[in-house]
Amino acid sequence: MKTFLVSARFLLVLTLLTGGLYPLLVTGIARVSFPHQAEGSLLNHGTNLVGSALFSQRTTGPTYFWPRPSAGDDGTNYVTVASSASNKGPTAGDWTTNVLQRIDDFRKAHALAPGIPVPADMVFASGSGLDPHISPASARIQLQRVATARKLDAQQRQRLDAEVEARIEPPTLGFLGEPRINVLQLNLAVDAIFKAGSP
Amino acid sequence: MSERDWLQLVIYFGSLTLLTPLLGGWMHRVYSDGSHWLKSILGPIERLLYRLGGCDPTAPMNWRQYAGALLAFNLLGFLVLLGLQLLQHRLPFNPQDLPAVPLELAVNTAMSFMTNTNWQAYSGEAVMSYLTQFAGLTVQNFLSAATGMAVLLALARGLAAREGTSLGNFWADLVRSVLYILLPLSLIFAVVLVSQGVVQTFSPYATVVSLEGSPHSIPLGPAASQIAIKQLGTNGGGFFGANSAHPFENPNPLTNFLEMLAILLLPAGLVNLYGRMVGSRRHGWALYGAMLALLLMTLAIGLAGEFQPNPSFGGLANLEGKETRFGIVNSVLWAGATTAASNGSVNAMHDSLSPLGGLMCLVNLVLGEVVFGGVGAGLYGMLMYVIITVFIAGLMVGRTPEYLGKKIGKTEIIWAMIATLVPFAFLLVFSAIAAVSAPGLASLNNQGPHGLSEILYAFASMVGNNGSAFAGLNANTSFYNNLGTIALCVGRFAVILPALAIAGAMAPKKISPPSSGTFPTDGPMFLVLLVFVVLIVSGLTHFPALTLGPIVEHFLLGRTF
Repeated sequence: MKTFLVSARFLLVLTLLTGGLYPLLVTGIARVSFPHQAEGSLLNHGTNLVGSALFSQRTTGPTYFWPRPSAGDDGTNYVTVASSASNKGPTAGDWTTNVLQRIDDFRKAHALAPGIPVPADMVFASGSGLDPHISPASARIQLQRVATARKLDAQQRQRLDAEVEARIEPPTLGFLGEPRINVLQLNLAVDAIFKAGSP
Repeated sequence: MSERDWLQLVIYFGSLTLLTPLLGGWMHRVYSDGSHWLKSILGPIERLLYRLGGCDPTAPMNWRQYAGALLAFNLLGFLVLLGLQLLQHRLPFNPQDLPAVPLELAVNTAMSFMTNTNWQAYSGEAVMSYLTQFAGLTVQNFLSAATGMAVLLALARGLAAREGTSLGNFWADLVRSVLYILLPLSLIFAVVLVSQGVVQTFSPYATVVSLEGSPHSIPLGPAASQIAIKQLGTNGGGFFGANSAHPFENPNPLTNFLEMLAILLLPAGLVNLYGRMVGSRRHGWALYGAMLALLLMTLAIGLAGEFQPNPSFGGLANLEGKETRFGIVNSVLWAGATTAASNGSVNAMHDSLSPLGGLMCLVNLVLGEVVFGGVGAGLYGMLMYVIITVFIAGLMVGRTPEYLGKKIGKTEIIWAMIATLVPFAFLLVFSAIAAVSAPGLASLNNQGPHGLSEILYAFASMVGNNGSAFAGLNANTSFYNNLGTIALCVGRFAVILPALAIAGAMAPKKISPPSSGTFPTDGPMFLVLLVFVVLIVSGLTHFPALTLGPIVEHFLLGRTF
């Protein structure tokens, strides 16, 4: 019985320490030192909150760069609470059909010549369902479609090319992770340069 | 694999090996009674904790007292966490007005976090209030890790003791583990994570309107403080459902590298600490070598599988379930580390790995979580294999087996066999029940051999106190919640109690000086023998089941090797 009493007392004080003091201390430091990051790295579009720099969102219109497919995207909703992955194994038949369809759709939407491969990240869904990035190859392959939809002239097209290249993030410290490009931030930049939605 | 892929692997294992003795040395100072710089700052808090707890931290405990204190403390921790979940709708810090967690899920979750497993049959952002997360789940993240460390310390003291019965004091081990090791590391790590974009706030979820005009929610919460300890304490339970694949848990390659390092940091450091405690740092390195060898073997299988494109889509890289920022190599490395170390956090979805990638994870799980394993738990599990190894070595040369100068007797061998085989029995029997029963099969997200892999993975993960999943399996059903609760409990305490019993049996034994017939436990011969004992014991037990899961699936993809 005494053991239970000592246990209860230790549980209480250690809860206050690790479940009270510790998270509050981290929150305090975060609020003072990194308020933007701690609150979700939210981005404004004009005066509205448009999303988080770390979250992808669905853009399906031809004037925007597209993110990776998401298992949380059922065609009408893009579920962010809770986000999800397909969790399909490599031999799942329904999933294979689905991916082959995506490959086909992507080829058609971008009028890809036979022999030019579709980038893998554009047809496989991410693990978080919220992957904010695409590969540089996926951004470059979408350039022509975006330029055509926005009716850009040759000079503007060059400007768009330069913007995409400038926004490619190399591997961290030169060796960690993969080169990538943030889709929402790219789309916001493109809107800012070429005016929202119109050429 | 590119040069950059290889470079990342080398830097990862290089960093781990360099940090291991540093951390081992630090922990050795913390647990020996001498002074250190952190004690001069936090010493008053340590003494205050003992006073508030109402115990004398120098009072020696024999193995029964030590086990009693541990069980009572864990039982209460379980009950409090259960209560928090059932009452969260009436408690503060619930800005999303989430309802009470259903009973069976709450029991499973409380058991899961108390046993350092963090198996999650729910998505945190949709089910758990902020209060449950930071005052319940975060707390057990710390305390279950500290419990594992305490068991290891007790076992090490029992093995190294010179004819005594004391295994130390559970409360002192608990408090020191939290105050001088887990909390400072977590605090620093959490702040680094926030600086990189991990959220830490009590604000409600943000609502945004996307570029194309559709509104959606951005989930927030006090995540960084929990993520730091879930990585360091081999807990692995995500604040968000997608775990460390979620951009708010793991926003960039740098956080990914640090979180991945944190997975193995303490388990590796504890191996070094153990070597120091039993007076043979070389023995510590031999154990480290055996663990690293096993990890690299399975990692090689995973990398070989994952870098082969799926033949159904021509040459496309396997990116299903993986994040662009991490790429294939970091996803496989994380998967290997997290399944070896009984951490269970994921940065890619294991369900969508190639068959060989999935095989790597499953093999790591069914080895019994002894390849680095859980904080404390991995090493005391491995020590069960060590006892079996020296026993077999003794049989081969016809001498009474000895370990660290102490004779191994019948009692120790029986306990070691219980600790290795009982969890395996539950793993296989529960998987078999699930594979032939309607409620077991109804939860599958994949058919055929991959479905069997989902079942095997679930019970291997729960019995091994790992917590990762082939997450397509719908685990939030009565069947999986209830069987799972039993699996979690057995996997934890069917190893802890034998470990403490062995400590109790070994402590009074005489240490005899090494002779020409002593089997040395600090050299390559021991390392190789230990690796093979682990592989054979687990392999004979699980190979048939693995054959029907990932191995058949590999052939179904039309490959030989």
